[in-house]
Order: sequence, then structure tokens, then C-alpha cells
Amino acid sequence: MIDLFATHYSYLIAVALIGIGLYGVTASPNLVKKIIGLNIFQVGIFLFFVTSGFVDGAAPPLLGHGSGPYASPLPHVLILTAIVVGVSLTAVALALVVRIYDAYGTLDADAIEEVRTHD
Amino acid sequence: MTDALPLLVVLPIVLALIPIVIGRVRPDAGWAAGVVGALVHLGLSVSVLTTVLTAGRASYAVGGYVPPFGIELVADGVSATLVVLVSAVTLATVIYARSAGPRSNTFYSELLILTAGISGMIVTADLFNLYVFLEITGLATYALVATGRSPAAALASLKYLLVGTIGASLYLLGVGYLYIVTGSLNMADLATLIPEVGYDSPLILTGFGLIVVGLGVKTALFPLHTWQPDAYAESPGSVAAYIAALVSTAAAYALFRVLYAVFTPAFDAAVPAALDTLVVLASVSVVVGSVLAVLQSDLKRMLAYSSVAQFGLVVAGFAVVNETATLGGLVHLVGHGVMKAGLFVAVGALATVAGGRTVDDFAGMADRAPVVSAAFAVLAFALVGVPPAVGFAGKWQIVLGAVEAGRWVVAGVAVVSTLLTLAYFARVVERLYFRDAPAAADVADRHDAATAPDADAALTADGGPDGTAADPVDAAIPTVSTQARVVVVVAAVAAVVLGLFATDLISVFAPVVEVSFQ
Repeated sequence: MIDLFATHYSYLIAVALIGIGLYGVTASPNLVKKIIGLNIFQVGIFLFFVTSGFVDGAAPPLLGHGSGPYASPLPHVLILTAIVVGVSLTAVALALVVRIYDAYGTLDADAIEEVRTHD
Repeated sequence: MTDALPLLVVLPIVLALIPIVIGRVRPDAGWAAGVVGALVHLGLSVSVLTTVLTAGRASYAVGGYVPPFGIELVADGVSATLVVLVSAVTLATVIYARSAGPRSNTFYSELLILTAGISGMIVTADLFNLYVFLEITGLATYALVATGRSPAAALASLKYLLVGTIGASLYLLGVGYLYIVTGSLNMADLATLIPEVGYDSPLILTGFGLIVVGLGVKTALFPLHTWQPDAYAESPGSVAAYIAALVSTAAAYALFRVLYAVFTPAFDAAVPAALDTLVVLASVSVVVGSVLAVLQSDLKRMLAYSSVAQFGLVVAGFAVVNETATLGGLVHLVGHGVMKAGLFVAVGALATVAGGRTVDDFAGMADRAPVVSAAFAVLAFALVGVPPAVGFAGKWQIVLGAVEAGRWVVAGVAVVSTLLTLAYFARVVERLYFRDAPAAADVADRHDAATAPDADAALTADGGPDGTAADPVDAAIPTVSTQARVVVVVAAVAAVVLGLFATDLISVFAPVVEVSFQ
């Protein structure tokens, strides 16, 4: 069991990040913190993917860097795309937060809800 | 012409740059780019459909890398039909937006990017590529929802973004599980590799669960639908029509592809519990969505909850795992897109005249907007499932398939949902035709009052080209624009014509579904 934790700690960190991220999105009333939680959640998934490309004792998949076996480069390429998507999402989300802050003067989701019900 | 396939995605993205680049010099560049984009897209999708109808199936290897290593784009009877639907709805939205707004150039850029994303989701045969298009679709939709000027629209958009991103990320995690076990991302390749691993492998099951939940969020099935009513209600009329017709449709089609092209009916035979759960989820979605729709007084929200119910029915059709029900689900998927687009445009147009969009605001509207009211009634009864409209064809196939498979729950739920759909549409049609309109001055008052806080301020303030009536009282009240009238009538006619030719539609879809069941 201990051995498993020692060799697969990367997966455990991924699970922890996914959990922390989801908790951040759901538990925090602050809209910016929700977005930070979303980012942590996505990073957990990225780590999970990248880890899957790891091969024990393998060389980096570059010509002239040792001979096979090579680590799989495909998950890294996929996650590069996913990171770009994540950055664009964060940008859109923050732009929306700016608009919401201008209108309500607060970032607290509960306070905004209160303002909306009193209107 | 297989080269038309990648152009379906590439062309709208390239055209989306035009409004941004030359929009400052020519303010109407956005609309022109939108019309050109929609027309060329329609031409391409029709050419893909003719190729598919003559040759059976078209595929394209992106970048010249041979599948399963490279990304593959595939068109079959179902995806080609859906791509034609995408072009048609895009064209209708661009025409309607001419009078109803939003008028900014960036709106058309976002619309074209959304068209590209949805076309990509429909034609791709690669699971990771599907994720990328899912997110392109998502990003464009969040931006479009936020084009409603009110702060409530921004809030609805952010809520959609948070929920939608978590859904898409769960989908990505599920794809990760499948990739780790099989080492492939190509759908057809996965269909042969997954049985080698074993359908009941925990990794495969986890992957399946995550993918279904992720796409369930995007399709807006019941417990995962929370983003959807706000997003539909707060976005401008033209945007609501577009996203209600296509965004969830593309996600539901992706679910169909995952169920039938990746997991295949053999998965259901090996692990019946997985799809049984999906049947239950979808059935609950049908009932709860319909009940919530009956409870709404805001018509846009009513239509939004109605979508939750209808997509529940579509997914239930897929999850029965039976040829008849699956075909029914696909027919209802296409039909729902046409009907919902028309209904949203009709509600937007009638709300412009009535000065509000609750059920009571629509009293006596049949006298003041007879054409749109009649088309609304036709579309409403089409969605209820009155023959010969397309709503009947889809539901009939689903019920028939459910009975064949012995899934009495689905058959019962479909019938109950039909009654509830009648319940929430009948009261609107009753208000339209059998209630007296309030006095004209009263309407004008209410119109002024409604304009200020309304999310659709830009929409209601717009008189349209023929807004100059002779009567001084009428002059204050906007009339229905010609564009809206044309779009709604075309949608109503299409709903009936599709119903009349439903057997042809089924014969186009049948080869695609038959392959999975062999």
C-alpha cells in the first residue's frame, strides 16, 4: 500500500487537486475564488492526463536523447490544447466578473442573490 | 466532394475574423459576413448531404495523417442531416437578428465561431477533438448569452460557464480513462479496442460514467440542467433561438455517437445497469422538465424547461438500445431543433408587440399579430405531437421502440410528457386566441414599464422596418418585423413538411443505426 502511494503519488495529487477545485467552485461565495477553483479542478485533470504518458525508465521523446523506450508525447500535446482552452475560459469568466462587479458592486454570490430578490 | 467536410468548420472561423477586422470601417460588415457565412455553409452542408446520399459515407483525414493516428472527420446520414440543420438555423438567426439585434459586429463573429464549433462537434470522429469543439461551442455560447445588456445576462452566462466547464472537464477526464486503457482516441478504433479490454473493466465503466455525465450537463438533463433556464431566458431573442435549437442538440448527438459508435449495443448486453441508469435519468428529466415548464409564467423559461423534457425524451430513445427507439430519438432531435428555433423566434416577436413575455401578456395577440400567432400555434401543437407534424413522428417511434424493448416506463413517460406539453402550450394558445386584448392605452403603459428593466430592452425598443403605423396609438407599439414573420412561418412549414416526409428521414438515418446493431 505504502509502495503504491510512493510510486503513484502523481495520481494522488491529481485526485486531490480535482477535489480541492470542485470544493472551491461549490463552497466559495466569491465569484473570483470560484474561477480559481475551476482552474485548480482543470489542472488536476491535466496532471492526470500528463502522468499517463509516463513510462518507467523511458527517455524523453526527442531524437538523439537516448534510445527507446520513449515516454508517450501524445498526452502532453492533448493537454497543451486543453491548457489553451482553459486560459480562454478564464479570460471570458473574468470579463464577465468585471461586468457583474460593475453592476452589483460586489463579488459575493450570496449578496448578489439578495440584491436580485429585492429588486 | 469530401473536402467540403473540413471547410464546414474552417470557413465560419475564417469568416468570423471579417467583422472584427473591417467592422470599424464598415459598421454593417458583421451582418454581411453572417449572411455569406450562412449561405456558403448551407451550400457546403448540402453538398456533403448529397455525397452521403449517393456514396453512403464520407470521411476526411485531417492533415493527411491516416486514422486512427490522425484526426478523422466523418459524415453519415445523421451527421449530414444535422449539419444542414445547423446551416439552416444559422441562416434563419442571421435574418432574424437583422431586425431583432444584437447589432454589434462581434455578435456575428461569435455566431460564426459557434457555427464552426457545432459543425465540428457533429462531424468529428475523434473523442479529444470532440472535447475541443465542445469547448469552442461553449466559449462562443457564454459570450453570446452575455450579449444581453443586463447584469442578469452576465450572471447567467457566468453560471453557465462554471457548470458547463465542469461538465466538459468531466467529459475530458472520461476520455482520459478510455485513452489510458486503450491508447486510442478514434471512435471507430475505440469500438474495436474496448471489447478487448472488457466492457466490465472498472476503468471503462468509470470512463463511460464521466463521459455521460459530462455530456448530460451540456445536453441539460434534469439534475444537471440548472444553467439552462437562466441562459435561455436572459439572452437576446435571436441568441436564445440559436442556442436552444443547436447547442444542446449537438451535445445530445455527441452522446448518441458515444453510445453507438464507441460503446455499441454490445456494451448494453454486457453491462445492462449502465444504460438502465441512463433510462431512469432521462425519464426523470422528461417528467420534471415538463412539470417545471407547466409552472412557469415567463414564456422563455417555459420553453427552456420544455427543452429539458424533450432532450430527456431523446436521450431515453437512445438509451432504450433498440433500433426503432434510437431512430425516433434522432428524428425528435432534428424536429426539436426546428420547432424550438421557431418557437423562440415567435415568442421574441410576440413579446415585442405585447410588451412582455409572460403568459398573460399574450392575451388576444392573435388579432394583432395573426401570422406569427398562427405559426406559434402550429409549432406548439407540432411539439405536443399532433400528427402529421415531426413531433409526432419522433415520439411515435420512441414509444414504439420502448414497447418493443419492453421498456414500459419510457413509453408511459412519453405519453405523460405529451399530456404535460399540451398543458403548458394549450394555455398559451388559449390566451392568444380566446382572450380579449387589454385596452390599447393599457398596453402602451405596460410596454413603457416593461422596457426599462427588461433584459430585452434593445429588442423591444426596435420597431422593425414596418413599424410606422397610421394610427397614433399603434405608432407607440412596435409591430412584428417581416424577418421574424418569415422565419417563424418557415419553421412552422418545415415542422409539418418534415413530419410528412418522416419515413424518408428515417430511411436516411436507418443505415447509420443498423451498423451498430449488427
